[in-house]
Amino acid sequence: MVKKRLIPCLDVRDGRTVKGIQFEGLRDAGDPVALAARYAREGADELVFLDITATNQRRQPLTDLVRDVARVLDIPFTVGGGISTVADVEALLLSGADKVSINSAALARPAFVAELARRFGSQCIVVAVDARLVGAEWQVMTRAGTVATGRQAVAWCCEAADLGAGELLLTSMSHDGTKAGFALDLTRAVSDAVPVPVIASGGAGQPADFTAVFQVGGADAALAASIFHFNETSLSVLKHYLHQAGIPIRL
Amino acid sequence: MEIAVVDYKGGNVQSVLFALERLGAVATLTSDPEILRKADKVLFPGEGEAASAMAALRAAGLDQVLPTLTQPFLGICLGMQLLGVHSEENDTPMLGLLPFRVKRFAPDAQHKVPHMGWNNLQSLQGPLFTGLSAADHVYFVHSYYAPVGPYTIAEAAHPGAFSAAVQHHNFYGVQFHTEKSGAAGTRILANFLAL
Repeated sequence: MVKKRLIPCLDVRDGRTVKGIQFEGLRDAGDPVALAARYAREGADELVFLDITATNQRRQPLTDLVRDVARVLDIPFTVGGGISTVADVEALLLSGADKVSINSAALARPAFVAELARRFGSQCIVVAVDARLVGAEWQVMTRAGTVATGRQAVAWCCEAADLGAGELLLTSMSHDGTKAGFALDLTRAVSDAVPVPVIASGGAGQPADFTAVFQVGGADAALAASIFHFNETSLSVLKHYLHQAGIPIRL
Repeated sequence: MEIAVVDYKGGNVQSVLFALERLGAVATLTSDPEILRKADKVLFPGEGEAASAMAALRAAGLDQVLPTLTQPFLGICLGMQLLGVHSEENDTPMLGLLPFRVKRFAPDAQHKVPHMGWNNLQSLQGPLFTGLSAADHVYFVHSYYAPVGPYTIAEAAHPGAFSAAVQHHNFYGVQFHTEKSGAAGTRILANFLAL
């Protein structure tokens, strides 16, 4: 059977890895190529790189980084952050990225997802959804979580899957950086509603949080950053813990 | 050893080239029939959609060349599926080197489509899998599959069994990504180069 995946996320800015607490107050966590190689050795099932460089001169450094990573890495990786054109996607895939993650551009123009799926195949198109709990409703945010879209999270996830997304990266901004556990209700609702795999993100703090997001949340994969970057929990220890807990894991 | 990687603008060839490079092998990315015929090994990566991949092969004349090759040949992912007769994906006739017909997975609550992630291999047969066991995992990402048949040399399940690898004479195919499957994938790629 297909196993649940653990995915370290590397936020990259100006070629370095950083991790924010609720998207603000960034800390430096190291060289992305070195980190990627270390995670692969420790048993990461995939990696995600999110480019948070806030300049217009991002494409060349990012494709260079993707090429450096692809040269050493023998597991799949996804690249996201500011991708808004077919040319962006083509450049990243040709440099060796396995998948690209689209967020604000998909919200601005949903047909973009369908165009990418037709051109490159659904298998490499991930739609990232940043959701925030407002009252009792999960609302979709855009532009790095700064602008409300008025869309409801489960409905947007269903639409993205219909448009041709091969996978969804679902982040709870209300949980991101808190280490208080994943958004189980949101993850369950989306996982039950879409036919494609769901990566849960935001809130990982301890091993039991991962058991819960797979068993209760129904996630296919779980993404985390700081818990891995700062050696709080090693991947291999976490994978053995999950295996003991009865979660299907690649050891 | 001369290694050729088939270039038909239809897949993520860079990852395959890097994987070969990590094994110390130098490969030529080419659509030139002469270079393909003279190579000791030919790799055929594929991604994306079946009909456009077949159209790209025809445009390059490769639909006529590939079936005539006699050296060890490895189709990867869509490159494996294209070896079959037909795909349900946009009702596409394919190369017909192996007698399978490619079908689409039906998703259910526990089994998402695409089948994406690490799955273990079962019923391993032949030299491609020397040194591997049913405990080894490889990376899959696909929505269509080749059923199990006499040509199957490895199986995986999602939830029913399907062909994880196929072979007929010199034509091998793997549904998973050898180049993205960690140590297990590297071993399979090395085994292919040693054929």
